[in-house]
Amino acid sequence: MTQIQKNLAIQTLRTAFAWLVTLLLFFPLGWLILTAFKTELQAISVPPLLIFTPTLENFSIVQDRSDYLLYAQNSLITSVASTLLGLALAFPAAYSMAFFRSKHTKDILMWMLSTKMMPAVGALVPIYVLAQTSGLLDSRTGLVIVFTLSNLPIMVWMLYSHFKDIPNEILEASRMDGATLWQEFRHVLLPLTMGGLASTGLLCLVLSWNEAFWSLNLSAAKSGTLATLIASYSSPEGLFWAKLSAASFMAIGPIVVFGWFSQKQLVQGLTFGAVK
Amino acid sequence: MAYLQLRGIEKIFGEHKVIKGIDLTVNQGEFVVFVGPSGCGKSTLLRLIAGLENIDGGSLHLDGRDITHQPSSKRDLAMVFQSYALYPHMSVFENMSFALKLAKADPGVIQEKVGRAAKILNLTQYLDRTPKELSGGQRQRVAIGRAIVRAPKVFLFDEPLSNLDAALRGQTRIEIAKLHRDLGATTIYVTHDQVEAMTLADRVVVLRDGQIEQVGTPLELYDRPANQFVAQFIGTPQMNVVAAANVPSLATQSGLTIPAGGFVGLRPENVSLVPGGSGQFQAKVELVEALGAETLIYVSTEQGAQLVARQTSRTDLDVGANVGVQIDASTAHIFDAQGRVAAIH
Repeated sequence: MTQIQKNLAIQTLRTAFAWLVTLLLFFPLGWLILTAFKTELQAISVPPLLIFTPTLENFSIVQDRSDYLLYAQNSLITSVASTLLGLALAFPAAYSMAFFRSKHTKDILMWMLSTKMMPAVGALVPIYVLAQTSGLLDSRTGLVIVFTLSNLPIMVWMLYSHFKDIPNEILEASRMDGATLWQEFRHVLLPLTMGGLASTGLLCLVLSWNEAFWSLNLSAAKSGTLATLIASYSSPEGLFWAKLSAASFMAIGPIVVFGWFSQKQLVQGLTFGAVK
Repeated sequence: MAYLQLRGIEKIFGEHKVIKGIDLTVNQGEFVVFVGPSGCGKSTLLRLIAGLENIDGGSLHLDGRDITHQPSSKRDLAMVFQSYALYPHMSVFENMSFALKLAKADPGVIQEKVGRAAKILNLTQYLDRTPKELSGGQRQRVAIGRAIVRAPKVFLFDEPLSNLDAALRGQTRIEIAKLHRDLGATTIYVTHDQVEAMTLADRVVVLRDGQIEQVGTPLELYDRPANQFVAQFIGTPQMNVVAAANVPSLATQSGLTIPAGGFVGLRPENVSLVPGGSGQFQAKVELVEALGAETLIYVSTEQGAQLVARQTSRTDLDVGANVGVQIDASTAHIFDAQGRVAAIH
C-alpha cells in the first residue's frame, strides 16, 4: 500500500467515525421528528415504521388541548428577560473583577462557580417556600429571577474571561484621553467585547429556554414554559408518543433554529481565551 | 516657574510604602526624566501623576490647580504607554482623534489637528489603517500622535521605547528630542535606560526604592553625583568604586582625606594604563573590549581591586599582561562608608 492509499484509508475511517458519532447524537432528535408526524398507532408499531404518510394532526391537537402560544410566549419572555437582567448584573461584576483585581478575585470566582456544583434540587425547598411567601409562585417574574441567578455564575465567568484578554492599558489610555466611565464603556469596552457579550447572551438564552427543573417546580398553567408543556404530555393518562413528540418538536424547534444560526458565536464564546 | 508640583507624594500598596514622600517641581516646557533600576517606583510615580493610581499622601498641583484627587480624565495630561495601548478597533485617524471627539471638538478642527500631527510623525498615508496593520515603530508614532493632537498640559511617557529594537530605539529617541524642541511641551519621561535619560533630559530625577536620590542636569549627575548609587547608575561602563583601603597610595599622594571605611570612585576615562613598573599601582589585564571608537580594558590590581579603563586609542595589550595604573587624584570621587559623597574634585 502506498503512502497516498494509506492516507486515504485513514481519512475514510475518520470520516466514517465522525458520521457514526453524529448519527448517534442525532438519532433521538430524528426519531422525535419522525414520530411527531405519525399517528399514535404508527408511533407505537413494532417494527417501527420508517415510511408512512405524515400527518399534522398531532400539532393541532397539542395547540387545541394546551395553548402552545401561551407557553411559547412564557418561554420567550422568561429567557429574554433573564438574559438581559443577567447581562446587566454580570457585566459590572466581570468588569470590576477583570480590571480592578484584588487578592480575593480568584476566590470569589471559584466560589461563584462552586454554587453550580450543588444539585439544584438541594435548594428546591427554600426557593419554593421563598417563591410561595413572596407570591412569585407560577409567575414569570419568579422564573426570571431564578433563571438569572442560576445562570449568573457562568455569565460572570464568560464575561470575565473575555475582559481579561483586554489590556488594562487600553482602558487607561481612554481615561487619559478624557473618557468618563460611560464613554470608556461605550466607545472602548463595548466594541472590544461585543463578541463575548453576544456569545454570553446567546448561551444564557439557550440555557434559560431549555431550563426544566425550576420551571416544572415553580410554574403551572399561568407561567409555564415550553418545558412544562412537554412534561404535561407524559401524564397519568398514559403516554401518547406522537403528541409528546409533536409538543417536544414545537418546544425545541425555535431554539434549535436559533442555535443553528448562532453556533459560530457560541463555540467562539465558549472557547475564547482557551485557545489563543 | 513651578508648573507641576509634587509635594510629599506617597503611595502605599498593601503594607508597602512604594513611594516615600516625593517633592519635585517641574517647570513649564521642561523635559524631566525619571530614571532608576526596576522596582524603584518610577512608573508608579508617573501613574500617580497621571491619576491612574490614587495618591495616598501629599499633594499634586498643575498650573496652580490642585489635581491630587482629580480623575485622569479631568487632569489634561496625555500619556504614551509602553505597550502603546492603541484602540485596536479604531483606525489610526480615530485613535488620534478620540480625545478631541470626546471633547466634542469641531470636525473641521479635528481634521486639521490630526492632519498636522500625522504630517509631523509621517503617518499621513496610514490614517485609514488599524493598529494591527502597522509596524512597531509606526504604532509607537500613533501613540505619540494621539498625545500630541490633544495639546495637553503635560506629556507623560512610560518607557515608550522599550518595545522597539535597538536601531529604531535610537532613531525614535532622536525624534522625541526633536519633537520636544519643536513643541516645547512639558514632558515627564520614565525609563530605566540611562542613555535615554542623559540624551533627552533637561533634568534627570534618579529614583531608588521610592525616593529621590538626586535631581540635576545630566552632566551634573555625571560630574557631581550625590552618592555612590547615582555615581554608579549614571555612566557606562559604570564608575569604578573601590574601598579606600585598596588604594592607600592615592590618598597619600593626593593629600585627600578619605573617611574610615570609605570608597574612592573613578570614572573609567580617568583611569589610564601605563607600562608595567611605572604608575601608582601594578595590575594585570583581565579583559579587553575593543569597541572601535573606544577601548575598555578591565584590570585587577595587586591589592585586589577591579578597575575599568576607557581609552579612545586602540591597544595591543593582551589578557594577562602586566600594566601600571595611573590615576589623576583630582578626578576622584570620595564616598563615606554609607556611600554618601564626602568630597568631589
